[in-house]
Amino acid sequence: MRGLDLRYFLRRIGMFFLVVFVAASFNFMIPRLAPGNPIGAITSRMANASAGIENGQAMFEAYRQRFGLDDPLYVQYAKYMWRTAHLDFGESLAAYPAEVSDIIRPAIGWSIGLIGLSVLITFALGVTIGALLAWKGTPRMVRAVLPITMIGGVLPYYLLAMLLLYVFAFNTHMLPMSGAYDSGIPAQLTGPYIGSVARHAALPALSIILTSVGAWALTMRGLMVNTIGEDYMLLADAKGLPRSRILWWYSVRNAIPPQLTHLGIAMGYVVSGAILVEIVFSYPGLGYQLYQAIVNSDYTVIQGITLILAVSVGLCVLIIDLIYPRLDPRVTYVSENSN
Amino acid sequence: MSATTLRGTTPFNPLRSVRDVLGQVVAFFAENRMFTAGVLLLLALLLFGLIGVQLVNQKGADMGAVPLNQAPSAAHPLGTDGLGRDMFAVMVIGIPNTFKIGFLAGAIGVVIGTLIGLLAGYYRGPADAFFSSFADVMLVIPALAILITISAYVRVVTVEITALIVGLLAWPLPARVIRSQTLALRERLFVQVAKLSGQNDFEIITLQILPNLTAYLAASFVGAVSAGILAAVGLEVLGLGPQNVPTIGRTLYYAFKYTALLRGMWWWWVPPIVTLAIIFTGLFQMSISLDKYANPRLKGATRN
Repeated sequence: MRGLDLRYFLRRIGMFFLVVFVAASFNFMIPRLAPGNPIGAITSRMANASAGIENGQAMFEAYRQRFGLDDPLYVQYAKYMWRTAHLDFGESLAAYPAEVSDIIRPAIGWSIGLIGLSVLITFALGVTIGALLAWKGTPRMVRAVLPITMIGGVLPYYLLAMLLLYVFAFNTHMLPMSGAYDSGIPAQLTGPYIGSVARHAALPALSIILTSVGAWALTMRGLMVNTIGEDYMLLADAKGLPRSRILWWYSVRNAIPPQLTHLGIAMGYVVSGAILVEIVFSYPGLGYQLYQAIVNSDYTVIQGITLILAVSVGLCVLIIDLIYPRLDPRVTYVSENSN
Repeated sequence: MSATTLRGTTPFNPLRSVRDVLGQVVAFFAENRMFTAGVLLLLALLLFGLIGVQLVNQKGADMGAVPLNQAPSAAHPLGTDGLGRDMFAVMVIGIPNTFKIGFLAGAIGVVIGTLIGLLAGYYRGPADAFFSSFADVMLVIPALAILITISAYVRVVTVEITALIVGLLAWPLPARVIRSQTLALRERLFVQVAKLSGQNDFEIITLQILPNLTAYLAASFVGAVSAGILAAVGLEVLGLGPQNVPTIGRTLYYAFKYTALLRGMWWWWVPPIVTLAIIFTGLFQMSISLDKYANPRLKGATRN
């Protein structure tokens, strides 16, 4: 590939594994650093409680064994990392003996669908609005209306979510208040089911889109302004190309790549925001599962989900980094030492 | 006295220099209207809280202190919630608490970030490589995920502990900004001159580099406070913030938990949402107008 070398690839991939490693290490350390040794407190509480529960003793033993509390710290750490590398997050504490990964897996699909779709729509909208704001040929009317889209950007995702919930679901009953689909419809790829899923996703998606589109438009506008002064724009104009072609294929095309880096940086924030949006709408994704786990003090599930969140954001950033040189050939990623 | 006049410089006049600084500050506020508007908005809200706390019967914020589920009336201007608390008392006590968390967290994050950024940018070497990679990694991991894990384990949290937890995770962004500026500054001529004239590293960092970072520090601080309040309120809304005192986010948590929305108790959830909207509008205005100082690449874009 042009302007790209192996070192760049290895660095990016190394960075991804570093992210996973650090996140997993946090997960290992936090319970052990917390005051009052919560693991000890949990196990002793469970030992007391388990006296009355069928299989309670087995559950308590499994938990104690899982944390390997009798091993020295470095052995615990190595074992923990080994299990995490194999995506083994252990058993849920609240729903023992259900595997944490079995609880998380269905939630991942809902979250990816909701967040992925919202981010794509936001990206398309933000790029378009920003481009039109910076473009001289935009009608004055349109230009006056566009900044309204930025109002939502001030609020955190979940605040707008609550307002939308109140207006569109509680007051007017236009859209459902919670969940991801109507329970009466069989979960197959039929028209009614897809319609139900779309109706349920509308408000959560809308709250993510409305709160983040303003920032996208603003940076896009800035990037567009930079391209407008370039020589190739003047040349395109002199060649007599149609104005719309100049706008989309000369100006926007050159302004978009930095937006992708911006997306990589914003990913963590988007995911954090989406966690809270899912909770507001009881949308059965990772955020809602996380909330349920917090309510139930289900520590293994909490840790599994936070790790999955870190890994998925790291993965998004990695993918963006890897496709970026293809989208912006002006940037070379040949390392400084190689020439 | 005569020596200074001989050199042609005006003698030091403390009153005058105070006036100069004041003049500069006034000029800054006059030039950055949006920043000023943001500051005034936040100050007004904070004053409302601080004065309100003096006027109101603080006992009203305890659970069961007043009748449940009352709509706003003369006795309870914002009504009472489902836990028997006077909403006005809850709000005026909660506002300063939420501010306190944000400012403490922002301050902790900026101090740590500045230290790391200055030292890493000035000394370079393996320590710089380590901290830079670590900061990059921390910027990728969603802070809220770590905050939730920590807060889930540390169940008994006060305002100070919440601020500490949030602040300890707020350093990577300031560190990166300060480091890149320090990298550029250390090559500048005046730093080289200072080095040749025998200033040691500590003097160069504190006397030469730090004063040139004021704009970046201010922007980083506003950004960190903003992020701090955002993260803290996020935790509070999940019921993971301070447990012993009212905060804005926790009010929203209760309103949500006890389905104020479905029960039509608008006075329970509207005040915290309006308060948060004011806070985030103010912080947004401040950070947008400071962006042009901290992010030179935006200079051309915002002027046009």
